[in-house]
Amino acid sequence: MTILIDNKTKVKESLQPKGFLRYFSFSLDHKVIGIQYLVCGFLFYLVGGTLASAIRIELISPLSDFLPRDVYNQVLTLHGTIMIFLWIVPVVNGAFGNYLIPFYVGARDMAFPRLNAVAFWLIPPSGLMLIASYFIEGAAQSGWTAYPPLSITTPQSGQIIWILSVLLLGGSSIFGGINFIVTILKLRRPGLKLMNLPMYCWAMLGTSILVVLSTPVLAGTLILLSFDIVAHTGFFNPALGGNVVVYQHLFWFYSHPAVYIMVLPAFGLVSEILPIHCRKPLFGYTTMVFSIMGIVVLGLVVWAHHMFTSGTPPWMRLFFTIATAFIAVPTGIKFFNWVATMWGGKISLNSAMLFSCGFIINFVFGGITGVALAQVPFDIHVHDTYFVVAHFHYIVYGGSVFVIFSSIYHWYPKVVGKILNENLGYLHFALTFIGFNLCFAPQHWLGLNGMPRRVAEYDPQFQFVNQISSIGALLMAISTIPFLINIFISFKKGKIAGNNPWNGLTPEWLTTSPPPVENWEGEAPLVNEPYGYGKDYLSCK
Amino acid sequence: MTILNNSDEIKKSEIELINHHEDYRIFGLIIFLIADGMTFAGFFAAYLTYKAVNPLPEGSIYELELAIPTLNTILLLVSSATFHKAGKALVNQKNDISQKWLLVTASLGITFLICQLYEYFNLPFGLTDNLFASTFYALTGFHGLHVTLGTLMILIISWQTRINGGRISYKNMFPLEAVELYWHFVDGIWVILFIILYLY
Amino acid sequence: MLNKSYYLIPIISIIIGISFWIGFSVNLLPEEASINAPIYDELFKILFIIGLILFIGMTALVIYSLFKFRKKEGEFGDGIALEGNLSLEIIWTVIPSIIVLFVGIYSYNIYDRMGGMNELNHNHANMNANDEKIWAGISQGNNSNSGLGETAIEVSAMQFAFLFNYPQGEFISGELHVPVDQEISIKMESKDVIHAFWIPEFRIKQDIIPGQPTILNFTPTRIGKYPIICAELCGPYHGGMRASIIVEDKSDYEKWFNQNNKTNL
Ligand code: HEA
Ligand code: HEA
Ligand code: CUA
Ligand SMILES: [Cu+2]
Repeated sequence: MTILIDNKTKVKESLQPKGFLRYFSFSLDHKVIGIQYLVCGFLFYLVGGTLASAIRIELISPLSDFLPRDVYNQVLTLHGTIMIFLWIVPVVNGAFGNYLIPFYVGARDMAFPRLNAVAFWLIPPSGLMLIASYFIEGAAQSGWTAYPPLSITTPQSGQIIWILSVLLLGGSSIFGGINFIVTILKLRRPGLKLMNLPMYCWAMLGTSILVVLSTPVLAGTLILLSFDIVAHTGFFNPALGGNVVVYQHLFWFYSHPAVYIMVLPAFGLVSEILPIHCRKPLFGYTTMVFSIMGIVVLGLVVWAHHMFTSGTPPWMRLFFTIATAFIAVPTGIKFFNWVATMWGGKISLNSAMLFSCGFIINFVFGGITGVALAQVPFDIHVHDTYFVVAHFHYIVYGGSVFVIFSSIYHWYPKVVGKILNENLGYLHFALTFIGFNLCFAPQHWLGLNGMPRRVAEYDPQFQFVNQISSIGALLMAISTIPFLINIFISFKKGKIAGNNPWNGLTPEWLTTSPPPVENWEGEAPLVNEPYGYGKDYLSCK
Repeated sequence: MTILNNSDEIKKSEIELINHHEDYRIFGLIIFLIADGMTFAGFFAAYLTYKAVNPLPEGSIYELELAIPTLNTILLLVSSATFHKAGKALVNQKNDISQKWLLVTASLGITFLICQLYEYFNLPFGLTDNLFASTFYALTGFHGLHVTLGTLMILIISWQTRINGGRISYKNMFPLEAVELYWHFVDGIWVILFIILYLY
Repeated sequence: MLNKSYYLIPIISIIIGISFWIGFSVNLLPEEASINAPIYDELFKILFIIGLILFIGMTALVIYSLFKFRKKEGEFGDGIALEGNLSLEIIWTVIPSIIVLFVGIYSYNIYDRMGGMNELNHNHANMNANDEKIWAGISQGNNSNSGLGETAIEVSAMQFAFLFNYPQGEFISGELHVPVDQEISIKMESKDVIHAFWIPEFRIKQDIIPGQPTILNFTPTRIGKYPIICAELCGPYHGGMRASIIVEDKSDYEKWFNQNNKTNL
């Protein structure tokens, strides 16, 4: 566990496998672990996306014809679980966090490299286990929320494996969170002040606090649920005197903060990408920091907005309405600051920038429908309908996934040393943006007009709109192709990037591309102004 | 340019401070214990909610005897003190004394577990009898698991504190400090559990 | 930046104008068939317009900056080193706060008009096991006495059907028949897992929770047949778990009721 920051002690380089093989090893290098997270997450995204395509194919016609009914429920459960726990959370936290945070704090590695590797290696087995459960007795089929008593009465092996793998993934994310908190707070290079850290560090600090405070509650809840299934206790089983609403409270106590775990790091990444491509300092650094912390605090006390129709007392509904809606204020501050960052800049409209702007537009839309959902009387009509499905895909796909793509275009030159092809990037963006809006915008109408979610069959009057939505999903699937081609072609033939292709000032750009094993040949640079653009720090090319 | 590349600005002592490892391993452990505490908090919240909104059906038995748990509380509190003694002895480079205190702590832990098992076997209700019974066993069982783990770790470090060839000495306090922190945490949880489950 | 803000006034007015126009001319909601529905639609319209203003405004800002501040071919150098502006920060903290506060108070008012703030017998404190705990969904009118209003119907939900029990007539029906313009009170119980009772045209929904009866009150205002949809995942046939509510005028309803009535046989 002892990796010192001073450059005398080196990681035992010779013990690690070299070249491509090290990505399959128990490597302790934070950069290798970051790539492992990203590639592993992306593979699971393709699985989750294929399941989403199955959902959209089923919904082309009003009858339940493409998938058997129980398989449909398994597919949507796996889709939700995979996308959240195996794609967004590991990638925006694990992948980018591990790659970037040590650079940003000026360290040679994370605080606990071994724990870090353990956290990553928990993910592939639990993911594969989850997928494999389909072939045993059928996968879990009670939705990613696994509400009892349904989750107690459906076939049990699938549900138990689901619980087990979510527990492992939760453990992985807690270990990651501990590592990030310690690294950011304790491993900073001497001389580097907290208020000079790049914004992504703050986002990761906030996220990790949420992870540490809320994930264990989910773990406890799922342990109780598994007792109900295996040992026939009655915590959540009304037939044995239990209370199903208690489960919902405990579940959402984790799963609402989880949505900020999925989006706060994305906010941080955008805050790194925008200033570089707009050639301007990040606007309102201090307010950005406070708004992140505001979101963390508010995010912990709004969970019951998912339960407005579950019979919560009126005062509780009122409190949660107000608390939820107020999250729009700190979030809004961040968005206005980003626009102000663009204002008056010298913007290069490349793929990274396009995806970031797409993110802003999509997220504002999803956020506004979120604020509408927070109003009890509004939510009572649209709860558990496609309106909610549309809301959160606008945020998780239009928000987090867009930012992930943006970040890949932005940091690929650093990681690989080659620049991604811009024309393929534009094509990727255009297909994704159009497909995405085509797929999810019409779903708002579906929800308002009476289509519930999680159904394999629906009213024929909704067929046309569902078909539009499915065409959008098809476009999204197609949009993956130019992206994958781009990744592979640029890896072989891409333009050489050089150390600092974007003229960035954050520390990762001040080393070679790809960076050496301990990040810098000499001592880590002290970057006091990570966003000092327009101040002649870099001679302009 | 504010990108500095020299250590001359930074005093040597500052660098040494940052390289002080035990510092942040303990910090990491504290964060882990906060997380662990949140699991208990979830259980407690569930228990208290059940108590408030799910009254038990008429005729359910949920009488708890206070004698054993009170004894157990005392055992654990004493064991915290003995562990503290062990730490002090190690600082004073008295490994043999430290080891003895650790063994005393471990035996207190084992006694606690035996008492708890005894209580389990003599309770008038089983795991699935009713909601209260289930929550009772879940909470005390989860805590008992922590005590078991802690006792095992104490036994391991007491072995490593032996005079010749032990890994732990006043120069390498971390394992002992870490387990001690964990043990105090487990004690603290027990006190809360005792108050909420037995007294409240 | 601020001193040139008069340029913004016409632009903002145009955005607001467009939003109002869209808000009033586009109808995204189904028919209004209960007292609740027009109240709900009023809230929807306001939220829709506010949302449109914010969304169009933000999108316009982003797209405008992308074009206006784009780096020209062969241009080098950085933008202005502007790191913040306190008055702007205050403006965009205060304005959203006011909007959120306004929306919150307004929707409270709506919720109250829908009857959501009526406490039914919902005090956990002095309750013992044998009392029935009833939780309320929204309810109109003043039925704080028992929670069961004029026309009380018992709904029981099970995988995968709704059954409607008319206690006054001692019969069970697969369709929910109700008289128009009269307050209906239903008491819902689930036999197995969680279901939900949703009538889109009435804008009401309430989960049906096993072990926890719930009450829902509504007043239909339009004659017709509307779907009752289960909105909570309850198993493989969740999508097929539907029933109909048939709103009839009083005489038709009484005719139907007397045909089925078992008490006067
Ligand atoms: C990354 C994920 C993510 C994020 C960030 C959010 C963000 C928000 N969500 Fe969302 N939500 C989900 C993922 C997410 N959500 C998921 C997955 C579900 C469904 C779970 C399930 O049931 O399966 C869900 C469901 C959900 C519900 C429950 C609906 C239901 O089931 O009935 C509600 C209700 O309040 C809600 C509200 C909000 C709000 C108010 C925000 C806010 O944080 C948004 C704040 C942002 C903005 C408002 C935009 C920017 C601000 C401005 C431009 C300033 C000006 C704006 C105003 C003054 C309004 N969400
Ligand atoms: C968190 C991230 C996330 C992401 C990124 C997505 C991405 C997508 N989601 Fe997902 N979705 C959820 C999270 C997410 N979803 C959650 C939490 C639920 C709720 C589950 C529940 O109710 O329990 C849900 C539910 C959900 C539903 C509702 C199901 C229902 O209630 O019945 C639908 C329906 O349209 C849907 C569609 C899609 C589509 C079309 C995509 C697309 O964006 C995917 C695009 C990607 C690809 C298509 C893959 C890449 C392409 C290839 C691999 C090429 C080969 C492709 C083919 C074989 C066609 N999702
Ligand atoms: Cu009953 Cu869905
Ligand atoms: Cu939420």
